[in-house]
Amino acid sequence: MNAANAANTANTVNAPGAPDPSDTTDAAAALARAHSEDWARVVAALAKRFGDLDVAEEAAAEAFATAVERWPAHGVPPNPGAWLTTTAHNKAVDRLRRESKRDQKHKEAQMWNDAPQEPVGVVEDERLRLIFTCAHPALAMDARVALTLRMLGGLTVAEIARAFLVTEAAMGRRITRAKSKIKVARIPYRVPAAEDLPRRVSGVLAVLFLVFNEGYLATGPDTDPLRPALTAEAIRLTRLIRTLLPHDGEVTGLLALMLLTEARQKARVSATGELVTLGEQDRGSWDAALIAEGHRLVRERLDSGAAPGRYQLLAAINAVHTSARDVRDTDWSQVVALYDQLVRVDPSPVVALNRAIAVAELDGPDVALAAVDRLSEQLAGYHLFHATRADLLRRLGRSEEARAAYDRALELAGNPGEIAHLTRRRDQLN
Amino acid sequence: MQYLVSVITDQPGLATPEEQAAITAFNTRLKADGNWVFAAGLAGPDLSTVIDNRGADAVVTDGPFLESKEFLIGFWVMEAPDLDAVLELAAAGSKACNRKLEVRPIL
Repeated sequence: MNAANAANTANTVNAPGAPDPSDTTDAAAALARAHSEDWARVVAALAKRFGDLDVAEEAAAEAFATAVERWPAHGVPPNPGAWLTTTAHNKAVDRLRRESKRDQKHKEAQMWNDAPQEPVGVVEDERLRLIFTCAHPALAMDARVALTLRMLGGLTVAEIARAFLVTEAAMGRRITRAKSKIKVARIPYRVPAAEDLPRRVSGVLAVLFLVFNEGYLATGPDTDPLRPALTAEAIRLTRLIRTLLPHDGEVTGLLALMLLTEARQKARVSATGELVTLGEQDRGSWDAALIAEGHRLVRERLDSGAAPGRYQLLAAINAVHTSARDVRDTDWSQVVALYDQLVRVDPSPVVALNRAIAVAELDGPDVALAAVDRLSEQLAGYHLFHATRADLLRRLGRSEEARAAYDRALELAGNPGEIAHLTRRRDQLN
Repeated sequence: MQYLVSVITDQPGLATPEEQAAITAFNTRLKADGNWVFAAGLAGPDLSTVIDNRGADAVVTDGPFLESKEFLIGFWVMEAPDLDAVLELAAAGSKACNRKLEVRPIL
């Protein structure tokens, strides 16, 4: 298992853009690349063949461990993906023989494996089946997240545990329980029927958005360096789903939203670890390549003419923000118009709060404050409600009320970067 | 594969005539499609009796072994190829009997 960990660590450090293994003798780079590109494919092919996620996961881990030992000494095989799939397949067969449960397992495999035998690793949408199984609505949300990161992302249980601040044993139990439910309750290993697809895809996207936000929101001086890796992993998996479901507008929307958010990551936290608001960020340090890609995806959705869903609207709002070289150049009427559309799709109080923040720029803080105060009952326990009120009251010169609102926001805030920002703002009041 | 589909309620009392008609129609469909194994409605927990004969004497007590706000009031045993299939049936069943259902695989 140590060797498998090494492969995973290499992947985490060196995920995208690793050199083509045919151009290099660097086995570590080839391993990192194979892990990033082939892990999910190997697990999915084995899950299909053996009808057992446990067998698939362990055999894939063993195959990568073998590669860690062999490739540096014997050279990288000409087709690393095929080598890994074959090796993993042999490991799985060995394991089933060893456990001498072959007959029983094969019987179970037959029940899943109703399609004729295809060459392993050829069928592209096996990864898609795996995604829908891992993100099945009959599993608890935290289990879906963990299982998706393990089976699709290839993160180790230890890495997932660290990212979600739980012990490795607790995370191991969470994943084992989910795998056991899939097997015993017979959660099917297949892409849902067309009529269920939009609902099920939105379940998959919810898992990926949660992974992304987990990495994004908690970034701060005291958090584990692995947490930002979650945003990269969420983007990678969303890219994968976009390859598999290229015509789903919400998949494209979520990818664009993640890219446009990730692009501002560096500007979001100051050298002292304080959170920097959108208006105060150094826009020169935004990632131009990510923004260009995000804008291209948003344009693609606009050109489609189809009615946008939640993620597409959020991506469009972020596209407006990232189009302004200076915060004063922001097209606030466009932002408010997009929020108006979003409120119709998602009438939650948090969306209404964000709309009010844009309204403050368009119609003034007094109009925005009236809108915010209408949410006071629903959002009383939400720190950003109080932080938004505090900011609007400050801009209206109502310092005493602003101070009380900052105090309430600080009581409820958990992120150290946000606390530093709110404290400074409160202490600037006269 | 068989699943136990339990009917959960917090309201004592029988199904209304409309609910009963919908349940009968649902059961007819289950039988026609080969998903029917068995089904039954139960008396409420106030009519239950617990017996424990693990010791020297059989001890009989009145009342349910677990007191809770929600309780079991009926069940189906359904035959279905996988969880998605039985969940689809259970969704229709929940609508028919107008109550929450819990689905569990039978081992």
